[in-house]
Amino acid sequence: MNPGGITIKSDKELDLMRQAGQVVAQAKALVSEAVEPGVTTRELDRIAEEEIKRAGATPSFKGYPGVAQTPFPATICVSLNEEIVHGIPGDRVLREGDIVSIDVGAIVGGFHGDSAFTMGVGAISEEASRLIDATREALKQGIARAKSGARLTDISAAVQKYSEGLGYSVVRQYVGHGIGRALHEEPQVPNYGKAGRGPLLRKGMTIAIEPMLNVGGWEAVQLDDGWTVVTADGALSAHFEDTIAITEDGPEVLTSPSG
Amino acid sequence: MAKKQQVKEKRKPQVKREKEAIEVEGTVTEALPNATFRVELANGHKVLAYVSGKIRLYFIRVLPGDRVLVELSPYDLTRGRITYRFK
Repeated sequence: MNPGGITIKSDKELDLMRQAGQVVAQAKALVSEAVEPGVTTRELDRIAEEEIKRAGATPSFKGYPGVAQTPFPATICVSLNEEIVHGIPGDRVLREGDIVSIDVGAIVGGFHGDSAFTMGVGAISEEASRLIDATREALKQGIARAKSGARLTDISAAVQKYSEGLGYSVVRQYVGHGIGRALHEEPQVPNYGKAGRGPLLRKGMTIAIEPMLNVGGWEAVQLDDGWTVVTADGALSAHFEDTIAITEDGPEVLTSPSG
Repeated sequence: MAKKQQVKEKRKPQVKREKEAIEVEGTVTEALPNATFRVELANGHKVLAYVSGKIRLYFIRVLPGDRVLVELSPYDLTRGRITYRFK
C-alpha cells in the first residue's frame, strides 16, 4: 500500500496539490516579472509572499526546519550566480548580468507545491544563458521519464546523461524529493545515477524533480548562514524544479501555469 | 526547495561481544531435546546450555558425562552455550 514510505495521493488530494501548484506558478510569474537590475532580493520575497497569501495559501518554506538547523526565514529562496539553492532574501541588489534562481513553495489545504526557475538579470553572458537553457531542458528530460511503471532512477539517469553530455555537472548533495502533506517526503530523487533502480513509479505519486547544474564541478558547500549552498569552485549554477504527479497518461506538471 | 541528501547507512552486522561472556568448565548431566543439555558447572551450578553452531557444523557429539566448556551470558547465568568438548 505504501511501498518504501512513498505516499499515494487520492484524486481529492491531487486536486489540492494542483491548486497549490497553481499558486506557486502564479507567484513565480509575478516574481519573474519583477526581476530587473536594482531590485533587492527581499523585494522579490515580498511579492511572492503577498501573492501566496492573497491566494489564501501559506508559504511552504517560511519556518521550514527540514534542511538546516535554523528555520528558513523567508517565503522564497533567492540564489545568485554561484549560489546553487537556498539563498536567503535580504538587502542584496540584483545587478545586470547576474543569474538568479527563485524557489517558491506554497501550501493549499495541507498540500505543498514546490517549484523553481533560474533567469538572467538584464543582459547576461552567453555562458550563463546556455547554462540556464540546459538546466531547463534537463528538468524536461527528467519529467519525461516520470511515467507509471518506470523506475525512480530512470529520471536521475536522464537528467545526468543530458547535463553531463553538455559538459555540465549535476549537484549531488541536494536532491529532488517526494512531496505532499510534507514538503520533503520519500523518495529522494537524485539527479545522477544508473537507470532502472529504486522504487517503481505509479499513479498517485507526487515528486519534485529539481536538477541543479554547475558550469564547474558538482561539489557544493553550505555557508555559515545555515542555508545558502554555493558551488565549491565558485562557478555558475542554475536550478529548475517542478512538482509533478504520476498519472496513467504520463507525468502531469502541477506547478506549470494553467496546470 | 531541494532536499539535503541523506545517505542511508548500511546496518553493520552485530559483532558478538565475546569478551562479555564468561567461560566455565562443566560436565554434561542430561541430554535434552533441540540440542540442549543440562550442564553441571565446576562451581556446582546447573545451567541449560545449547550447542554452538560451530560444534554442530563439525558433528561433534556431546553426550552426558562429557566435560565441556560453556560460555555464560552475563545477563542470564542459567543459560549457556557449549563451545568446546574436551576429549
